Amino acid sequence: MVSPSFRALTWKLLRDLWHLRGQMFSIVLVVATGVMTVLTMRGGYESLLRSQAAYYSQTRFPDLWSSLERAPRSVESELEEIPGVSAVATRVNYMARLDLPGLNVPGMGLFISVPDHGAPELGGIVILSGRLPGAASTDEVVISRVFADARGLVLGDSVRAILNGRARDLRVVGTAVSPEHSYSVPPGALYPDDERYGVFWMRRGVLGPLYDMEGAFNEVVLDLAPGADVDVVTARVDAVLDPYGGRGAFPRADQFSHLVLQGELDQNRVMGTVIPAVFLSVAAFLLHIVLSRLISTQRTQIGVLKAFGYTDREVGRHYLAMAAVASGLGTVLGAGAGVWLGGAYVRMYGTYFNFPALNYDFSVTLLATASLVTLGSAALGALQGARSAARLPPAEAMRPEPPPSFEPGPFERLGLGRVLPAAGRMILRSLERRPVRALLSALGVAFSVAILVMGMFMFDGVTFMMDLQFRLAQREDLQVAFREPLDVVVRHELARMDGVTTVELYRNEPARLRAGHREREVGLQGFPMGSRLRRIVVDEDDIRPLPAEGLVLSQILAERLDVEVGDTVDVEFLEGRRAEVLVPIAAVVEDFIGVSAILDRDALDRLAGGPRTASGALLAVHAEARDRLLERIEEAPAVASVQSPAMTLETFQAQLADSLFIAVGFLLGFAGLIAVAVIYNGARISLSERGRELASLRVLGFRRQEVAVLLLGEQAVVTLLAIPAGWVLGYLFSLSVVDSVRTETYRVALVISPRTYMISAVITVAAAVASGWIVRRRIDHMDLVAVLKTRE
Amino acid sequence: MTNTGRAVLRARGLSKVYRMGQVDVHALREVDLDLEGGELLVLLGASGSGKSTLLNILGGLDRPSGGTVHYLDEELTGLDDDDLTDYRRRHVGFVFQAYNLIPSLTARENVALITDISSNPMDPAEALGMVGLGDRVDHFPAQLSGGEQQRVAIARAVAKRPDILFCDEPTGALDVETGKKVLTVLDQVNRETGTTTAIITHNAAIARMADRVLHMSSGQIAEEVRNPSRASVEEIEW
Ligand SMILES: Nc1ncnc2c1ncn2[C@@H]1O[C@H](COP(=O)(O)OP(=O)(O)OP(=O)(O)O)[C@@H](O)[C@H]1O
Ligand SMILES: [Mg+2]
Repeated sequence: MVSPSFRALTWKLLRDLWHLRGQMFSIVLVVATGVMTVLTMRGGYESLLRSQAAYYSQTRFPDLWSSLERAPRSVESELEEIPGVSAVATRVNYMARLDLPGLNVPGMGLFISVPDHGAPELGGIVILSGRLPGAASTDEVVISRVFADARGLVLGDSVRAILNGRARDLRVVGTAVSPEHSYSVPPGALYPDDERYGVFWMRRGVLGPLYDMEGAFNEVVLDLAPGADVDVVTARVDAVLDPYGGRGAFPRADQFSHLVLQGELDQNRVMGTVIPAVFLSVAAFLLHIVLSRLISTQRTQIGVLKAFGYTDREVGRHYLAMAAVASGLGTVLGAGAGVWLGGAYVRMYGTYFNFPALNYDFSVTLLATASLVTLGSAALGALQGARSAARLPPAEAMRPEPPPSFEPGPFERLGLGRVLPAAGRMILRSLERRPVRALLSALGVAFSVAILVMGMFMFDGVTFMMDLQFRLAQREDLQVAFREPLDVVVRHELARMDGVTTVELYRNEPARLRAGHREREVGLQGFPMGSRLRRIVVDEDDIRPLPAEGLVLSQILAERLDVEVGDTVDVEFLEGRRAEVLVPIAAVVEDFIGVSAILDRDALDRLAGGPRTASGALLAVHAEARDRLLERIEEAPAVASVQSPAMTLETFQAQLADSLFIAVGFLLGFAGLIAVAVIYNGARISLSERGRELASLRVLGFRRQEVAVLLLGEQAVVTLLAIPAGWVLGYLFSLSVVDSVRTETYRVALVISPRTYMISAVITVAAAVASGWIVRRRIDHMDLVAVLKTRE
Repeated sequence: MTNTGRAVLRARGLSKVYRMGQVDVHALREVDLDLEGGELLVLLGASGSGKSTLLNILGGLDRPSGGTVHYLDEELTGLDDDDLTDYRRRHVGFVFQAYNLIPSLTARENVALITDISSNPMDPAEALGMVGLGDRVDHFPAQLSGGEQQRVAIARAVAKRPDILFCDEPTGALDVETGKKVLTVLDQVNRETGTTTAIITHNAAIARMADRVLHMSSGQIAEEVRNPSRASVEEIEW
């Protein structure tokens, strides 16, 4: 057999690629986006996971924690001897007030001891600037990076803290991060408040004596040997520490920072899997249909090649090369963009997670998977397109595609034909003749609609939840927090103010809720009986008053404590008499915006004891008086802060609008690309298939407009069919996102607004019109003579 | 006489039926035909009489509904697709009624496309020179007239030095002068290289240049005429 050089065939490939550059470009971009999404989102997620692992091993993140009243260090060896324990480190840690300028509420610092010499071996920290405190020095501290950043503290600055009743000026000699405090929330708060709360690391020899803890400890962290049974070790540790006021050991799974981080990572994993999977399959699908259609237009040329003795394999290879170029270029482009955006993604999340080092790790496996999927579907599409022509005897393949039996389809038989003009009938017949092709094109466009729906529904979900929260549950116009608890007579003073219609006082008590070994510090909030401004919203149709007895917990809090309605939790108040009581759980509600625990105020008064006081007030006011009242109340010396939930909502919505802008921008780009790839390619392919027919019509006196209607009408029908299908598909995509997210600590309501449906349709139609316009220009400039002289 | 007298292609009882819905179109009915080595055969017949169908089957472009075709000792009708491809690749050259050039390739590249897979081809430029297109080698089909495209198609067919050359109305679209040029080339190739050649035409005058003339009618060979001597192309007028 000859070994052909395929020189001429290579030229054909290059010329065809150039000739089809518009179409190639559109599918290259679709592939690139698919690959990019995989590398950015999934690659970003995997990089974060590796960063987390590296961070944990660098700092020797413990496996088990327990806090206790006080134990002598001699207990350490008892803990070390527990089978399954591979390392033990004890610490002294205390919460202390900080004297921070410019704050209404006192600052808080969590003070943690580090060994007198060297760095902590277990449960370590990463020094980001400066150094550890000098061993002998008494006033040197390392502070958490976020606190330093929020307060603008630099090395050499000092911070005044009230340590065990004595004020002390501490000199900052370093900043650090620790995975135990990557998400640090002040006691009683819902969210991090870095300006007012920081972590301080001090030498044990300095911190211990300040609290009478020389030679003793009140916290222990343990490292477990591989294969050790966590539950067994936990029970043993509890038994050892019980005489020393042990509060129950808990594993990593219950460590707060780890929990939050894990929740975020889980969410990233879900999004980083669902979205790239959808994008990549859409890209693969498009690549397949576009290439197969494109290549089936070369039917006659395939016939010629075969007539002269090119084998099926040689013909197949030729078109495979075309597929390889399209998917290869897309993959390279997508890989470049994916690595670049992946870096940004990792930096964004890594900063939020407070990782010391942020690296985007390029994953060859991911790239290989993505490129295999795209190359595979491209190859399949190309071969399928070529095969239908190659399967025919060359004599038949070379005949122009047979004008097959056009007959009235079902629509026309229904009598629809009579009401349609001739052009309409031609469009209808052409669609009915190739129903599968029309359906596939419609499916492609439907993907574009569906991706838009899926992208925007998340904002609908969040907006819905915010609305539920602020319109139905949290109905006050202003929320006032007092600097110190005030006597309840303050109610009258507030009620007298001009424009105030309702005043409800509330009490806020920091408390530790404990169920089994799980615990969580929260601000317990008590609201008056029959409160009109705070209600229990189970869902939109089920709104209840606050129960007279028992706690109402937000779902997330209930899950963290692993309790449900009817269980009791152990409530330990952290201030005043520090009462410890058992309280039943009366209700668990989906509280979308935070972690909260509320109860009847009288019940709270009874449980916490002490005088009946108010920590703040909820006000309903006349709308026009709101801003004026806000300013006036804020000026009162007894007032720490005044907030307007409406303003919170507005801020939130503004932030949402920002992220919406970015996300929709991206989705719009991708969805538009899909629509263009399907519609533009569809019209271009029809143009080359029916070029002679259309050119003949033009020669016979049809106007450009009329010819364009024939060609683009088909695409218009496909687009219109695709929109409702895309809505359904989008709903299903959204459902799958909600389902996969729901298992984690975060939830989104499956609510899709009419606006989302509208926008998704409008964007898709716009992309269709744009592609139609490009093809229209092509029809306008069609060289009739050239089209009639040769055929593709 | 280049005719060796030995049959290179032997068709027996060839029939071809196209099923068009309820109606069967009998394009060929029980055709027997021997193509003799080195001869120049002309096929005449009314439109729709089955000429193209017969040629396509002999050239391995299509399969008959019944009957057999042998190339030398090999039965083409029994070959699978790969072997049929191989037959076309090694032995056959085509000139199609519709020129069927690849629009994305220049004249030279269209010829090279075929010489690339031939064992003993001419230089593409030389083949184009033979059909008088030496100065148009770098033109694309769309830049050539119909007759020029047809000549490229002929250059493409002869450049591979096929054993058998099938031409379906090679002069149909050409003026007399150009038509003569094309026929001269075919005649010359047939005489000089002994390429067995079969030409379909509507032009009865052309039949004078053939060794043998077949008249087809309704899918059958109605008449066979053997010319006592072949006229040279210059002598023919139409
Ligand atoms: N693919 C096909 N399907 C159905 N009928 C066909 C097909 N190809 C050819 N025919 C029919 O077979 C008969 C012979 O066709 P063929 O192309 O061989 O005629 P021809 O002699 O070459 O005519 P012309 O001189 O017009 O080229 C015709 O009646 C034609 O309509
Ligand atoms: Mg014919």
